[in-house]
This record gives sequence, structure tokens and C-alpha cells, in this order.
Amino acid sequence: MKLNGSQIFIECLKREGVDVIFGLPGGVVLKIFDELHQQSDIELVLTRHEQGAGHMAEGYAKATGRPGVALVTSGPGMTNIVTPLADAYMDSVPIVVFTGQVPTQMIGNDAFQEADNLGISRPCTKHNFLVRDVKDLARTIREAFHVATTGRPGPVLVDIPKDVSINTTEFVYPDTISLRGYHPEHGNDTTQITRAAEAICQAQRPIIYVGGGAVFSDAADEVTALAELTRIPVDMTLMGLGVFPGTHPLSLGMLGMHGSYVANMAIHNADLVIAIGSRFDDRVTGKTSEFCPRAKIIHIDIDPTSIRKVRDIEVHIPILGDVKEVLTELIQALKVGINGNTNDLREPWWTQLREWMDTHPLTYSQSDDEAIKPQYVIDRLYQLTTDSDPIVSTDVGQHQMWSAQYFKLNHPRRWLTSGGLGTMGFGFPAAMGAQRAFPDRLVLCVTGDGSFQMNLQELATAVLYKLSVKIVIINNGYHGMVRQWQDLFYDGRYASSELSTLPDYVKLAEAYSAVGLRASSPQDVDAVIQEALSTDGPVLIDVQVSRSENCYPMIPAGGANHEMLLEDPPHLTQASKSPVRTSDDSDSVLIA
Amino acid sequence: MGVENVEREHIISMRVENRSGVLARVAGLFSGRGYNIESLTVAPTLDATLSVMTIVTKGDERIIEQILKQLNKLIEAIEVVDLTESAFIERDIAIVKVQTTLETRAEVLRIAEIFRARVIDSTNTMYTLEVTGTGGKIEAMIFQLHTLGILELVRAGRIAVAREPYEKKTAE
Repeated sequence: MKLNGSQIFIECLKREGVDVIFGLPGGVVLKIFDELHQQSDIELVLTRHEQGAGHMAEGYAKATGRPGVALVTSGPGMTNIVTPLADAYMDSVPIVVFTGQVPTQMIGNDAFQEADNLGISRPCTKHNFLVRDVKDLARTIREAFHVATTGRPGPVLVDIPKDVSINTTEFVYPDTISLRGYHPEHGNDTTQITRAAEAICQAQRPIIYVGGGAVFSDAADEVTALAELTRIPVDMTLMGLGVFPGTHPLSLGMLGMHGSYVANMAIHNADLVIAIGSRFDDRVTGKTSEFCPRAKIIHIDIDPTSIRKVRDIEVHIPILGDVKEVLTELIQALKVGINGNTNDLREPWWTQLREWMDTHPLTYSQSDDEAIKPQYVIDRLYQLTTDSDPIVSTDVGQHQMWSAQYFKLNHPRRWLTSGGLGTMGFGFPAAMGAQRAFPDRLVLCVTGDGSFQMNLQELATAVLYKLSVKIVIINNGYHGMVRQWQDLFYDGRYASSELSTLPDYVKLAEAYSAVGLRASSPQDVDAVIQEALSTDGPVLIDVQVSRSENCYPMIPAGGANHEMLLEDPPHLTQASKSPVRTSDDSDSVLIA
Repeated sequence: MGVENVEREHIISMRVENRSGVLARVAGLFSGRGYNIESLTVAPTLDATLSVMTIVTKGDERIIEQILKQLNKLIEAIEVVDLTESAFIERDIAIVKVQTTLETRAEVLRIAEIFRARVIDSTNTMYTLEVTGTGGKIEAMIFQLHTLGILELVRAGRIAVAREPYEKKTAE
């Protein structure tokens, strides 16, 4: 049967299992929108900005594990979705973005709303395609979904010129994919796995350092099995939160720049680091030349370029492969190899870990007569919602780090955050994408007064499609993390970090026909959270928090993982607090 | 440290899909990640669907390892080989316009003969020479002609091939 390009597009997406597209129309994609309008298998969620569409596709993908899809027009439509593409590329999120393009015979003529979509997106996609002939459309879409979802997942862009969406051809959905240069599967390296098992059995101070790769590989059960079998403590990266239960006794929480004291001290003092689907990001390693100086490193990753990428960090046992498959084999090898002595061998390590936990737990203070502490809000939000097993989305900044610290998530795909690119404006649309995938689940968006303003237009979309995200704005009137760095490293000069004209967020929510609530004192917090939870539809809570609170622990840029600041240094506190030096080495100096 | 940090020249030979945009992908990878390109050539092969790219680059062991891995990761890259790892043959080609006077014309021809360069154009004040050979040979000829006055120099960039016969890898 002959179909036009737009009908082929729809048929292909149905076969890929797509039930929703996030998008915004424009001149060259009108035919596709027109065909979408005439069918009901795939819902089109009309966003207010293409960036919103891209992040919604990301949120959908992160929460479900299935590819998220966005459809935008050429030119500005495409350039507006570059940020989500770059975000998805950094955080390995499988999204397929379809962009309209001017008709093939006009490409290169600076036509109206023309942009070099391939050229612009090349460095921020896993792969991209321009479809020049409607005969190639079905095969290209098949390949795009294949590339996005296999190996290390990532964003793929498909550029469809207007004439390709209109021209007709015989529709054939290809049975097989042949990309002769793409081989995402790797056989497991049994020799290396055996070496890893031996190293694990001998280690006295081992640590698991698990990241987002374990989430994408659906390896949560295997990570837990490995940790429990060997009684090895688990550090999680920002992207890995939830892949190991946050409330598990073996969990040390998040590591890195704002990680827990015990997580950072553990990796710094370990003799064996088992890195699983993590990429030694600079926010995790701190100063690379002093990263776990006494440890042998095992690195399990599906992406060869991630292994041995970071100069100064030697990987002793690299294992290339899918995390789930490698761990399954590793656990088998360990079950044979473990002789039962490891518990005794590691008792001193656990004694030390418990001491670190007890001496420096995550902490804050909140009394009734002072301003609301941001940590208190997030802690209460966690306590009041944890039984519902919520999906938690965040934006970027202080609120993100506090959320990472205080939300103890026990399952993967509950945590949506922009890690690699650090995209302010990600949180709200990502939460909406997750809510669209799971209409009956509780989806929270913890955001800041700065971040929320970067995509607040999507309130209209949330109201229209009844995406009942509960938004909590940690409102301190600043770009808080910027202000924190200025406090610590720029003598308190607040260059462009104060947001002196903030909207009235309650009225803003109401302007979009959403519900707005406000908390101004600690006594209000529980009540507004409860009210939001019992209200249908999107709710925005404006929490007016203490303006000067800073996020600790913090490893100053350039510092090593054991060189944490645990509280405001004396020049920031009127009280006689002294800076807490956490280093064991008397000769190490805080780089600040 | 030590040996690992020594910068060396590497010649990478890649078989890629013969499609528009592939060169931009490779070039973008080098510029985006701050790798060096000394020369890059690309041309079709016997198989019309393939092109071969020869890339001359420089870096220490760590960087070359990353370059090879990153190139391999490109979906349109079918095979990536570091020729420097084994025996290989390389050739470059240069076209050199040399200024001449009555006194230097014979000397230019003598140098051309030494390097087995051919004269491909001649005027009263200039010879245009064509020379092929390894990068080193061409550098040596340029060095000798330099004092006589090179007006213009164009090089093709190096191409290279492994001495072992190429065995087509069967796709997985």
C-alpha cells in the first residue's frame, strides 16, 4: 500500500511502541501534524516551547526505560531543542527527536526557517540522519530507534524535509537492521571477570561506586546481589541514585562534590573500587591525581571510550560489557570463589565506616522561630511521600544536591535529574514526561526559583493534559549555588546571583489555572505538602526558605575527596564555628 | 608516567561509509575533543559504498587510545586501524613551484633528480615540480629547495597502507 511520508512516520512509530510524542508544530511539519491529528494511536502532547518537549521526552525515557519522542519544526524549532539533545547525550538518555526541514531542493539556500540541523546537532547526538527520499524514511526511523536504545543509550535526531513528509511510496517496515559500522554488543571478558572476582575476595577496604549505567542496564537487582553477597558498601553517583536502595544498610549515599562524608571518605580510603556504569566524572573524582590513591580500580562499562578516559586515573581491571550481564557473571564467579573469610577480613573497614557515619551524618537544624531551612523542606517532603514511592525530578543547583542527599530512593527510575550538562529548566518538563508515562503515580518536581523560571511556560501544558506534577520551589531569591560559590570563593560579591524581581509564584500558578500554595514558616511546611498531595492536577508550592543556607558537605573545585567543607567557614558565620578540616593528612591544604 | 606520556605521530586508516557528512563527523570529533590533525585525506575505494580516510595525528598513548575508541564509536566508521602499530607504507605528494634564475635553474633540476621529482611545468623564471614519497623525503626536498626560493607549495596529505594484505572483516 502506498503511504505518504507522514503516514509512514506514524506507522513506524506505532511499530516502535510509541504512544506519545511531545512537540510543537511549524511550517514544514504541518503535514505530519495533520496526519497525527487524524489518528488516535499516538497522542501528541503540545508543549509551549521546544525545549519543554525535549525534556519531557527525556523524563518519559528516564522513568520508563523506553525511548522518548519529540517532534519539532525546522530552524528555531530545532535550535530550541538543542539543549535537551545535549543534556540527553551527556546523561545517556534514549530520545528520538524528529525535526522538520525545508524541502530538499531548497536545502542550502537560506530558506525561511532553515537551519543546518545535522551540523548543529552532530556533536550532541549519538547519531543523526537526514532523510532525502521518502523511500528511506521507514528504514531510517527503524535505525534511529535502534541506535538510541542499544549499547550506551543516547539521543538520535532524524531530519525530515517537507517534501519527504508529503511524497508517497510503498510502505515496507524493514525486518532487520543493517548498520555495518555499529556493534553495540560486547562479549563478556571472562578473564577480566575472574581477575575482578579474585581482587574482590582479597580486598580489605572495597567500595562499589555505581552510576547511571547500571540504571540503563536494568541491573538494580544485580548491584544489590553483588553488594549483599560480598558485604561491600555502596556509593552512588548523582545519576545512579535509586539503583541500590537508599535505605539499605550497605548504602553510603551519594559521593562526590556534595556527597556524604562517609561516601567520600570511603572511596578515598578504599583499597578496591568497583566502578559500575559510572564514568569518573569530575564532580565525583575531585582532584584526579589524588582520587582513591590506595585503590585498585575495576571498571565495568559498555562504552569503550569511558574506560581509561580520565588522565591520572589508572584502571587496573577494565571490563567492557553490559553491566547486567557482567555482574551476573561476576556474581557467579564470586559464589564459587568466596571462602567465607571476607566478613572477618573487612570487619575493621566496617568499624571505620560506621565511625565516619556516626561522626559526620548529614545534618541541619530547624527551629520554629527561624526561617524555613531548605533541607527541612526536602526532608519533610521525603518523609511525607516515601510510602508512595514517588518519582522525583529536580532542576539544577542547591535544591538538587539537597534532594540527592535527603531523598532515599529505593528503586531505579525514580530519580530524574540533569547530571552531566547541569541544565536548569530540566526538572519541570522532565517530571511532566514521567507523569504522562505514569498518570497514577506521584511525581514530584523539586526546583529552585531560578531554575523554574527557565521553563515555567509548561504550566499551560501541565494543566491542559492534566499532568498532576507537584512542584516544590525552594525559593531563596538567588541562584543559590552561584551565591554559595561567591560566598566561599569570591569574597561574598554576589555578581548577578540575586533574583531581585521574582514573580508571585502562587499568582503565577493561578494565572495558568493551576493551584498555587505557599509556605513561609516551618509550621506551614507539612500542611502545604499535605494539601498539595490531596489536590488533583498540577500544584505549585512556593516555599520561602532561608536565603543564606549553603549546601554541605562540599569538596571545593580542585580538592580531593577527603578535603570536604562540612559547614560554613567562620567568615560566613557570626558564631565562632571553626571550619572543619576533614583531611587525615596534616600536610594537605584546602584548595578554596 | 614516562613512556606513556611521550607524544608520537600515528597514522590511522579508516574505512567509512561513502556518504556526505562523514568527513564532518570525523573532523568535528577531532576539533570538539581537542585532538590534533596533521593531515587528513579521503577518497573512494574499489567498493563504491566505502571511502578510506587516512589521518595523521599526534598524541601520547592515552590520547591515541581515546582517538581510536572515539573513531570506532562513530556509526559510519566501519573499521579503524592504527597503522603505526605494524609495518606500513606511506606516500605523500607535493607540487612545488620554485623560483629560478639563470644561475639556479640547473641546481633546481639537480635537486629534483636527487629526489626523483618530475618537472611538470616550466617558465623562464620558474619550475613546477611534482614529488612523491614518504613525508620525510618530501620534507627533505622542501628543505633543500627553500634557499632557492619556493613560490608555492601544495601537499596532498599522506596516504598509507599496511604491508599485510587487507582482510575484509566479516560483520558480526
